[in-house]
Amino acid sequence: MLLGTGESSAGGAAGEAEMPGGGLNVRYAETGYNLEIDLARGNVERVETDPELTRLHLGGLGTNARLLWDRVPPEVDPFSSDNPLIFSAGLLGGTPAPGANRTIVSTFSPQTLLMAYSMMGGFWAPELKHAGYDKVIIRGKSPDLVYLWINNGRVEIRDARHLHGKGAIETAEIIRRELREPNAQVAAIGLAGENRVYFASIEHGRSSASRGGIGAVMGDKGLKAVAVRGTRDVNIARPAEFMEHCNDVLRYIQYREANPIKGVPPILAGIGSPQEMAIIDEEWHTTNFTWGNARTRRKDFWTREVEEKWKESQEGVRTRLISCYNCPMKCGATISVPGLPTYMMKCYSKLTYTMAAFSDLDFGFRIAQRATEYGVDGYSTPQVMAFALELYEAGILTGSDLAGMPHDNEGRFFWLLDRIVRREGIGDVLADGTYWAARRIGNGAEKFAHNNIKKHEQLPLKLGMLNPVYFLMYSTGEKINITQIEGQFPQAPFATREEREDFVKDWIQVPDEKFKQYFLDWDPRGERSIPYYPTIEASCEIVDWQERMHYIDDALGICAGLSSFPLKPPYHIHNFPPIISAATGMDIDEAGLTKAARRNRTLIRAVNVRRGMRRADDKPPEDHWKKRFPELEAELLDQYYKFKGWNNQGIPTKESLQELDMDYVSGDFEQRGIIASE
Amino acid sequence: MSKIRKMVKTIKIDVDKCNGCRACEVICSSFHATPKYSSNNPARSRIRLIRDPLKDRYLPVYAGEYVAAECMGRDKYIIDGKEYEECDFCRASCPSRGIFKDPDSGLPLKCDMCEDDPALKEPLCVQWCLADALVYEEREEEVEEEVKLGDVEVGLQSLLDKYGLSEIEDAFTRISRKN
Repeated sequence: MLLGTGESSAGGAAGEAEMPGGGLNVRYAETGYNLEIDLARGNVERVETDPELTRLHLGGLGTNARLLWDRVPPEVDPFSSDNPLIFSAGLLGGTPAPGANRTIVSTFSPQTLLMAYSMMGGFWAPELKHAGYDKVIIRGKSPDLVYLWINNGRVEIRDARHLHGKGAIETAEIIRRELREPNAQVAAIGLAGENRVYFASIEHGRSSASRGGIGAVMGDKGLKAVAVRGTRDVNIARPAEFMEHCNDVLRYIQYREANPIKGVPPILAGIGSPQEMAIIDEEWHTTNFTWGNARTRRKDFWTREVEEKWKESQEGVRTRLISCYNCPMKCGATISVPGLPTYMMKCYSKLTYTMAAFSDLDFGFRIAQRATEYGVDGYSTPQVMAFALELYEAGILTGSDLAGMPHDNEGRFFWLLDRIVRREGIGDVLADGTYWAARRIGNGAEKFAHNNIKKHEQLPLKLGMLNPVYFLMYSTGEKINITQIEGQFPQAPFATREEREDFVKDWIQVPDEKFKQYFLDWDPRGERSIPYYPTIEASCEIVDWQERMHYIDDALGICAGLSSFPLKPPYHIHNFPPIISAATGMDIDEAGLTKAARRNRTLIRAVNVRRGMRRADDKPPEDHWKKRFPELEAELLDQYYKFKGWNNQGIPTKESLQELDMDYVSGDFEQRGIIASE
Repeated sequence: MSKIRKMVKTIKIDVDKCNGCRACEVICSSFHATPKYSSNNPARSRIRLIRDPLKDRYLPVYAGEYVAAECMGRDKYIIDGKEYEECDFCRASCPSRGIFKDPDSGLPLKCDMCEDDPALKEPLCVQWCLADALVYEEREEEVEEEVKLGDVEVGLQSLLDKYGLSEIEDAFTRISRKN
């Protein structure tokens, strides 16, 4: 069906042609319009947004969270038609700000039952902005498989029955061909999403939004893909000033490219997402991270022979290093394995399958091709499969559970992957992820699902001594992925005072000089080392700074790779306020930006608290560190909650909510008895 | 026309270095907005990246002359095993395709090497291409003296070609009276 839009736009304009950027209500950086789509009724509306919400929450993740708070009562099941799936650009998405290309997808996760807000780079969000929208908000379920085609003012819900079972990348190609629009940007699910696998991803060419099972929610809605094409302007409020800042960012990127950080492994020395596609030296990942079902550390794994073999593998399949929209970093690559369709890859998925299967890079590149077409998360999937094989070895899963499974190790991983995405036999159990699968399998399987936080598989990392900063980040980070809260502050102390002094010399990104002191005083051994240093107070501040930067990026749509994730990034707390002010015309300073980020962060906590999340859920996997300190850990959480304005259950207090203009949250909490009413 | 010695501005395009980010399109459309940098829109860019990532095809192409009619060029090139349309290399703003035309008015767009006062040291697409796929080069050449057409003339010429002089004159008179 073809649906015209614009009926609900301000001023009763008759069609999209009458709604150029220069109308009465010029909005800068953002478009000021959302698309609201009900798949059950086939209804499409273009709705003007409230600028006040931009002031309060900036955009992207912030306004997504507000929509979910306002519209979704806590009883709503992730597979309910009332669970919205929101695709959003960030406030700066599609402007010339380098790296402002993230698509923020928000919904409720079938796996964690909490808010899921996975994100992806690529080209989708800028295209949406140019089509004239900040967000696409999808509710309801379509009885038959459909896809959305957003072409500027024309929006169609199209039949996708012919795309049933097609790969995610394949789907995008078919859609572009049938629309005769090679410039359309497509986000699609594969078989895993269609079959509601709890760790199904949404794939978009070189990028994917993978965490939290948002692809399953898309599949549950009967939505195979969203294709978008836009040819409209994105407006900038103070152009000359804004362009100055963009040029400064580009200059700093060049400076950082020429000056990698000394004293850290190559994978952490640069900017961008970890440069897995460019870098061959994987000593750090392969010897620090664990293999199999997140258990075995192989400290001697990396040898010259391995390096040579892996170099050959990587260079043999890597056609080109590629970027996302308007970003000079080359974090992705085109991968052409002989005999397999070409696909694109980024970051750590190069190693997750390899290491889960105790195999090599050749295997990693081959299975990742299939996994990408199926559309599954590259963190959870390999662990789920390694978990199944461990259960088999332990006799908890038997030959009859795994009837037909091949004998060779790598063949088993392919076989399990095929079963999971089809939900066939044991695959139907495993498709719920290790937490739920273990409960269904029983018989002691629970202790094999050992690497979860809030029911969600984590990076396979097992270390010796508790690190207080990381303890807080793992425990409280609500994206439930360490890479989405860490960054800025070095992961480990530098050996000598001289190296530390050298590091802090040009550390312009710190919000306050005290962070330099925390780092200078941090020793690898002795009194001022982990777990008691950084001190509790310093740990709270370091975590808060790191998290704040992610929340800012996620609202603006800026890639963490240029901002919150690496050391000494081009975007930071000091240049964001003038950039946002010049782009939007909405004057904001560091305090204002910090407050908006805090508001967004608190709102997401509130959304999850309303769904039942409490202190007991704020904990890392038991075995993440060998040496644990229960008293210190309790004290860390107490102090951090206090620092954040939350009570000792991790619930935002009435006072802190008031300070953040969020009385509507405390009112709701009081009504539900979550906090005591006066 | 007489021959003169002239500095010719060229861009060396190394497609092997292109990372497909389209920063060239972003900054081009931003520079050519009125007022300058007040908006951006790759659909208005005078450089377009002809791009097919899965086939590893990346061709940055600059907008050249407006042509009133499409040419017979429908051949294919295969370079290093990759297939290209003849059109992929062509600069013309041409009726056979959508690129190098303003998306609202349909009027042709043409690269002007970011002419500005004071002059920029390099066109902005080159400055924003940190992958060095686009490199600015000047060389001296003996060329025919020509009168360079500005954006308005190029646009007007395309309208003349399409509608003829008298219709344009009538329309111009009507608009002038209304204003």
